[in-house]
This record gives sequence, structure tokens and C-alpha cells, in this order.
Amino acid sequence: MLNPHPLPSEGKAFVRLLMRDLVAAFRHRSDWMNPLFFLLMVVSLFPLGISPEPQILAKVAPGVLWIAALLSTLLAVDALFLQDYEDGTLEQLVLSPSSLYLMVLAKVVTHWLVTGLPVALLAPLLGIMLNLSGDGLWVLTLTLLIGTPTLTLITAIGAALTVGIRRGGLLVSLIALPLYIPVLILGTAAVVAAVDGFAYQAHLSLLGAMLALALVLAPFAVAASLRISLSN
Amino acid sequence: MRDDAVLFSALSFQVEAGSITQIMGANGSGKTSLLRILTGIMPAESGRVLWFGQTIGKQRVEYGAALTFIGHLPGIKSQLTPLENLAWLAPEASVEACNLALRELGLSGFEDSPCYRLSAGQKRRVALARLYVQQRPLWILDEPFTSLDKNGVSKIEALLCAHTQAGGMVILTTHHEFALDSACVREVMLGTALC
Repeated sequence: MLNPHPLPSEGKAFVRLLMRDLVAAFRHRSDWMNPLFFLLMVVSLFPLGISPEPQILAKVAPGVLWIAALLSTLLAVDALFLQDYEDGTLEQLVLSPSSLYLMVLAKVVTHWLVTGLPVALLAPLLGIMLNLSGDGLWVLTLTLLIGTPTLTLITAIGAALTVGIRRGGLLVSLIALPLYIPVLILGTAAVVAAVDGFAYQAHLSLLGAMLALALVLAPFAVAASLRISLSN
Repeated sequence: MRDDAVLFSALSFQVEAGSITQIMGANGSGKTSLLRILTGIMPAESGRVLWFGQTIGKQRVEYGAALTFIGHLPGIKSQLTPLENLAWLAPEASVEACNLALRELGLSGFEDSPCYRLSAGQKRRVALARLYVQQRPLWILDEPFTSLDKNGVSKIEALLCAHTQAGGMVILTTHHEFALDSACVREVMLGTALC
């Protein structure tokens, strides 16, 4: 009987997948450039469509920036599991002895680093373009930094459920959008409160609580969904 | 069962150490489905898959650590190089072992070019290089000889033979006739689907 090699620890498997996906994403530029271009396009079209009036722009800025960030998350959904499904690496991931929960977490973290983080960092620059005032700018960045990982985790559930279906993109939106709404409401409300000089800490705490909940529970749902998607 | 059609029933076989089990059958007779059930990716409509007397669902980690599965899809990420792919698929193997395996399969010179530049046969070779570096007892291979040239086929055949001689097990589907001595090759025939 052949003896299998001792397997690397779970932590190493996590880092290994994280690095693999980061390298692959880095070489596949459209994965992380598209959400940024989308954000830039939407935000720069708004002043043309509504009004270049600074007061009006400042009023709509929190909502516009948050909605654009949210939709850009949806735009990148195919990079999450579909590519792995199509080249067969998802099968290998499910079969690997490492915990699927951690592997899913690694994939979601990478995906956020590649698509969510750049959006959160670009948003304040676009906020200046929309005449968003001082306090609002950094609260916007903060809410996006807490909110976009939650969005990515929610998207991952939809993506995992639909990965076996050709052209499941629209279905993902239908599954994920209702769950996005609380995050969107709290995110924009925090920025609006900060602009108006009110307290925004409660919004941030609630966003943080949602992230904690999603971070713990969503990978379970994603892992189970992936097993179901692969089983037929 | 697939799409409400019974593909096979009352199928029972045992795989022993040191044997090659070849699943035969016409196109659409359920060879791939059977293999996917054996790996545990797909649940069986009825029946059980046992590994050392226990159902595989109860010992996913142990079974996963004992199994190398290479399916229809090679499991190769096209943005990564063959070496990076191999290092990810077989984390327990050293870089030297991976390099050696790739050289053995005639991929030297391609270690550092991304896999989307490789041909279908070369990608298949990258996937099969896992067999050299992953010392796992059970191999489940779905059409491993697809798009390989003669030289590749004979190399993999020799590898399968060496694996069984070391006490490993191989379950595979192929339409390819084995040139080896067929003493260790057992055949499981899936019946023709009822129309």
C-alpha cells in the first residue's frame, strides 16, 4: 500500500489558494480593471445626465457612488467560480482534503482584494469629483471597506448556486440584489449622516456586524452550494 | 440515474490493491457518471461507495487525501504556468519533483509559459504530471489518453503499470486498448442504454 504524503496544514492550503488566485487575477487584467472602469464610467456620466450643479451632485454623490460600487461587484461575478468551474479546478477544490469552508473563504478574500478593495480606494477620488465634502469622503471609504466584502460574500452564494448553469449572470443578480439592500441603505445613510454632520457610528457598527455575520456564515452556504452545483 | 434515465443499476465491483479497473461502455452509458459517483462529487441515486469498509461521505478528508482524480476537464488554470499549476494541484510535492515530472512528460522549456499557450495534448500532460508527483494510492482517471500522442500514451501506460505494481489502484475509462499484459486489468462493462 502506498502511503500518502503528510498533507500541508489548512492554513498553508488557504495561503496557497490565495496566492494562486492572486497570481492568476494579476495576469488576467480585465478581472480587476473592469470593475474600476465601470465605476469610473458610471460616476462620470452622472453629472452629464443630471446636472453639473455642485450642490445637486453633492446631494446624490453618496447614493451614486454606493450603487456604482455595488453594481461593479456584480459585474465581476464570473471571475469568482465560473472560470474554475470551466477549467475543472473547482472539482479538484471540492475533492481536496482541505476544508472547503476555508478554500471558499480564500477565494472570496482574493476576489475582494482584486475587485472590491480597488473600488473602495478609488471611490473617494470620484467623491471629490462629485463635490462630496471632507467628512463624507473618508466615511465613504470606510463604509465601502466594510460593505464591499459583505457584498462579495453575498454574491459568492449566488455565484455558487448558479455556477452550473450557462449564463447564470442574471440569476445571480436576482438572488443577490435583495440581500444587498440593507448594506446599501446603511452605507449611503452613513455617508449622508457624515456630510450633514450627524453621528454615523451606529451605521458603521451595523455594517460591521453584517460583515461579521456574512464572514462566518456565507462560506458554509457557498461550500454547500458548490457541492450541489457540481453534483449534476 | 441521469435526467430520469436509469444508466446502470445493481452494479457492484471491488477494486483491489495492485489492480487496474477499466470501465467500458458505449458513449452515454454512464462511464463518467460512475466515476463522478466514485469520487463523491456526484451522489448516487441509490447504493454506496465504500473505502476501507466505510462510505466515502463519512471520511471525506481521508478519502480526499488518498485519491487523485483527473476528469474530463484537466483542472489547469490557463493563466498559470505548468509549474504553478502542478505546485497547486500537488501541494505535497517538491519543486524539483514537479520539474522532473514535467521534463519526463516532455514539457521542459514550457515550465514558465502560461498554459493558454499550450496545446490540448500538452495541457493533458500537465494534468497527468500529477500522477508522477502525488503518491496517492487510488487514481480515478476519466479518459486519460484523450489528445495524447503515441509516446505520451505509452508513458502513461508504463506509469499505470508501475503504480499497480507498487500496490496502487487505478480506475479509469478509456476506449484505448491496453498494450500491456492484461493480467492486472479488470473490465467492468456498462450495459447499453435502453432506448
